[in-house]
Amino acid sequence: MIIEHPLLGPRDSSEFTYMGDAKLIDRPDPEAETAARDFYEYGYLRDNPAGWHDELWFHEQGDRSWLVVTRNTLTHEISKVELARDVARARGRSK
Amino acid sequence: MTQKNRLSGGQIDPNETFSFKFDGKSYQGHKGDTLASALLANGVRLMGRSFKYHRPRGVLTAGSEEPNALVELRTGARQEPNTRATTAELFDGLVAKSQNRLGSLRFDAMAINDRFSNFLTAGFYYKTFMWPKAFWEKVYEPIIRKAAGLGSLSLEDDPDVYDKGFLHCDLLIIGSGPAGLSAALTAGRSGAQVILADEDFRMGGRLNSETHEIGGTSGAQWAAATMAELSALPNVRIMTRTTVIGAFDHGIYGAVERVSDHLATPEAGKPRQILWRIYTKHTVLAAGATERPIAFENNDRPGIMLASAMRTYANRFAVTADQRVAIFTNNDDGHRTAADLHAKGVKIAAVVDVRADAPSSMDYEVLHGEVVNTKGRLGLSFAEVKLADGSTRTLEAGALGVSGGWNPNVHMTCHQRGRPTWNSDLAAFVPGADLPMGMVVAGAANGDLSTHGALLGGAQAAKSLLGIKGRLPKLPETEDAPVNVTPFWYVEGASRAWIDQQNDVTVKDVKLSHQEGFRSVEHLKRYTTLGMATDQGKTSNMGGLAIMAELAGKTIPEVGTTIFRPPYTPTAIGVLAGRHTGQDFHPKRLTPSHKWAEERGAVFVEVGNWLRAQWFPIAGETHWRESVDREVLATRKSVGVCDVTTLGKVDVQGPDAAQFLNMVYCNGFAKLAVGKTRYGLMLREDGIAMDDGTAARLAEDHFVVTTTTANALPVYRHMEFVRQCLAPDMDVQLISTTEAWAQYAVAGPNARKLLEKIVDVDISNDAFPFMACANITICGGLRARLFRISFSGELAYEIAVPTAYGDALMRKIMEVGEEFNITPYGTEALGVMRIEKGHAAGNELNGTTTAANLGMGHMVSSLKDSIGKVLSQRDGLNADGDLRQVGIKPVDPADPVPAGAHLMNADGPVDATHDQGYATSACYSPNLGHSIAIGFLKNGSERMGERMRLVSPLTGVETEVEIVSAHFIDPDGERLRA
Repeated sequence: MIIEHPLLGPRDSSEFTYMGDAKLIDRPDPEAETAARDFYEYGYLRDNPAGWHDELWFHEQGDRSWLVVTRNTLTHEISKVELARDVARARGRSK
Repeated sequence: MTQKNRLSGGQIDPNETFSFKFDGKSYQGHKGDTLASALLANGVRLMGRSFKYHRPRGVLTAGSEEPNALVELRTGARQEPNTRATTAELFDGLVAKSQNRLGSLRFDAMAINDRFSNFLTAGFYYKTFMWPKAFWEKVYEPIIRKAAGLGSLSLEDDPDVYDKGFLHCDLLIIGSGPAGLSAALTAGRSGAQVILADEDFRMGGRLNSETHEIGGTSGAQWAAATMAELSALPNVRIMTRTTVIGAFDHGIYGAVERVSDHLATPEAGKPRQILWRIYTKHTVLAAGATERPIAFENNDRPGIMLASAMRTYANRFAVTADQRVAIFTNNDDGHRTAADLHAKGVKIAAVVDVRADAPSSMDYEVLHGEVVNTKGRLGLSFAEVKLADGSTRTLEAGALGVSGGWNPNVHMTCHQRGRPTWNSDLAAFVPGADLPMGMVVAGAANGDLSTHGALLGGAQAAKSLLGIKGRLPKLPETEDAPVNVTPFWYVEGASRAWIDQQNDVTVKDVKLSHQEGFRSVEHLKRYTTLGMATDQGKTSNMGGLAIMAELAGKTIPEVGTTIFRPPYTPTAIGVLAGRHTGQDFHPKRLTPSHKWAEERGAVFVEVGNWLRAQWFPIAGETHWRESVDREVLATRKSVGVCDVTTLGKVDVQGPDAAQFLNMVYCNGFAKLAVGKTRYGLMLREDGIAMDDGTAARLAEDHFVVTTTTANALPVYRHMEFVRQCLAPDMDVQLISTTEAWAQYAVAGPNARKLLEKIVDVDISNDAFPFMACANITICGGLRARLFRISFSGELAYEIAVPTAYGDALMRKIMEVGEEFNITPYGTEALGVMRIEKGHAAGNELNGTTTAANLGMGHMVSSLKDSIGKVLSQRDGLNADGDLRQVGIKPVDPADPVPAGAHLMNADGPVDATHDQGYATSACYSPNLGHSIAIGFLKNGSERMGERMRLVSPLTGVETEVEIVSAHFIDPDGERLRA
């Protein structure tokens, strides 16, 4: 597969390490009352869709960017690639 | 002997003669021949024995789809089984051997199997070798294993080199027949970056095999002229002998270039084959079509081949399989073969056509009927024909050309889940609508079987894919005959009529499997093994489908095809490995002082790809324990030095560096003073311990973090994940500096005295106390880092210098340490000393243990958030009676305490339900004079002094042990603060 790196352009997928569902960005609030439950779901419950999926890929043999790759698990079509940091910011993760 | 079946003309070079050997006998052929064509020229029709029944077989085809003529090519280490004689390019001195025989090819003892064919039907093995059960391993399997398989291996190392390469282009053209060449001309002239690949060693595809003219010259001449023009274009890369083996995601294609297979041995410095990964924007698949046979009784005798192969042999290789040839066809193609052979002076016994409206000929007899049987022991002698009027004729012929129509080579269109669709005009599957990204199919592969259709399709495909403006130039005049085929798959009543010749599957087998309930085409394939041989059923699958369809009362498209998967043709494992063999398959990482360690005679061990010195034997030591005990005692007595370069190092810088470390470590780092080092424990988000190490604060905004050797990579990846995905606005940067610094542990009571001779700064206990760290200089100005940390429990330092100075520093330490009797120690002594101190390492941080298990539960700070904090507080990980790290010592000092053994109460049963814990790390402690271990014990911290049993039922060990503190040596840590 070829991953369109937002900074480096098209790169072969063999340069990357895969980590699955990009929901891992949405780490729950540890102070919340439901934290124990939230972290359990965050840590153990993931979707494994046949179709479009937001995934985390690490450019380990490149610039060490974590990317969020929107990929169709059936066809391997990739519709969107973003820097995970941008996604994290957009989802409201700050200091 | 002369080449009795050599004709005139063709594209071989009659002036260049090669000698070669087949089964020990010498023959001659010409440059441009394949092994198959050269053997046929010499009158050799018998080339092998079949897989199951050991029936005599010759060539069926003239290309890579060949099921029968598989030979062992070359000798010695280069011997290669199952090489298709039809694609093996002849070279001078070629040596080949037939395979799958017991005795000679002409008198194969295993041919007895043919007599028992009634028993060896589909599913024979499943049905027969069921009882008695005990017989399977001892009797049946060894016999079957011996009899099964084709060819034999040299069992020597492959002497050749294979390479991998990467190519990029605008347009990849697969196949160099009329469609491919036409596409290449159109694309090449437009200036696009083009790759034209063909598996053959002569470009032109069927143009080399046919006699049609293109623009007034022969097809072969037109192909040669076109290739000359393309060769002159700098934007066109021509790849002969290159098989595109698969269409992968996003326009990536795999291709194997056979660089040296046509030579006796590869030229110096050249690989045998190259696996190319081709990245292309667009692809024209012009893979052509494969003719299919018709099944009839005894249709597998040497001399019976595809009619199109006969034309290839005659027109391209100037060879006929025999001087007297018959044809059996259901379409006009068979008549082309007869006409071409007749023109070359070969006698045509007759053309047998199943169609009532077959074209007639002035030159030979055309019979309306079917070939119903054949005769001839080791090759065809007679063909029996049943005419439409019911009468029979016997044709005398040494060769029979069979044409059952053409199957477009749709394989590559299906590698991305596409399925082909049925075209009833051709009675064949053609590419479906769902093609791999950027692919257009042209020519025969697309069902355009005429030369004109191919030229047009290729040009149009290139034009549309590349968006070339304007009208196409006028195409040269050539044949544009319509397809006229009457579907005809097998002769009624035939049973021992071969569908899949390579796996010996007959019409009868297909019928039997249907009768036994195998209705899905995928089940048929697996039960009968139809299409599962090295040719992947290129000439046989359609026949099987047609029979299945007939039996099931369905149409062929309703039955459907099995799935086409890469590779297109058999591919050597060697080329998939490329240069990644031996050392290069598993590279070793060497530390800067590796050479020094080698000079000391170190014994090395591999840790995370690194080679680390395990111990340093000296003269007179015969057992590793002697060396390790000496190293441990000497270090604790005076001073030792150990290479710890391999530990992972991560540089953490930025205003938020401390805050970041607070996040990744469960314990706190915000208040760590500059110039101090702290032990840190990282948890996974699920609360399990991930890794440990130290973080040294060299400046307010600068930390150096160490990880364990094995986890250097995953820990760094995890830290980047936290930084980018969880804390995107923290102002902190990370970089791995594992390879940038060489680092040495100097440990022992004399460590300070030794280092004082090297460093340029005051390192007295007051100036540089336990856990201090600093950027310093050594040896009068060389920059270095000094950390007062101790894994051994002794007064110890770790000193780091830029990698380039690592070797020099190690030699310097040894030199100035001479007066203290310095002893280099390896990973074993390191391990002994850390077990003596109860320090956790990989065996304890084993992916199942928590901070609490490790006795570090108090470290998980409740004052701040950190990875793993929330889930580490789960009830399940904090139950009463949880495992705690303990020390284990034998009651009888002579007893061993093996790691991996389990702790059981002093009394009671020894079983899993009564398991109390287990030993994780064990060693012999030379300081204590007996074995020791650390491990995990339920409620361990409350059980000090308890007598237990340490058992290993597997190895028969049961030792009485006492539970003690894991800090066997200097439990108060006085030494390391000295």
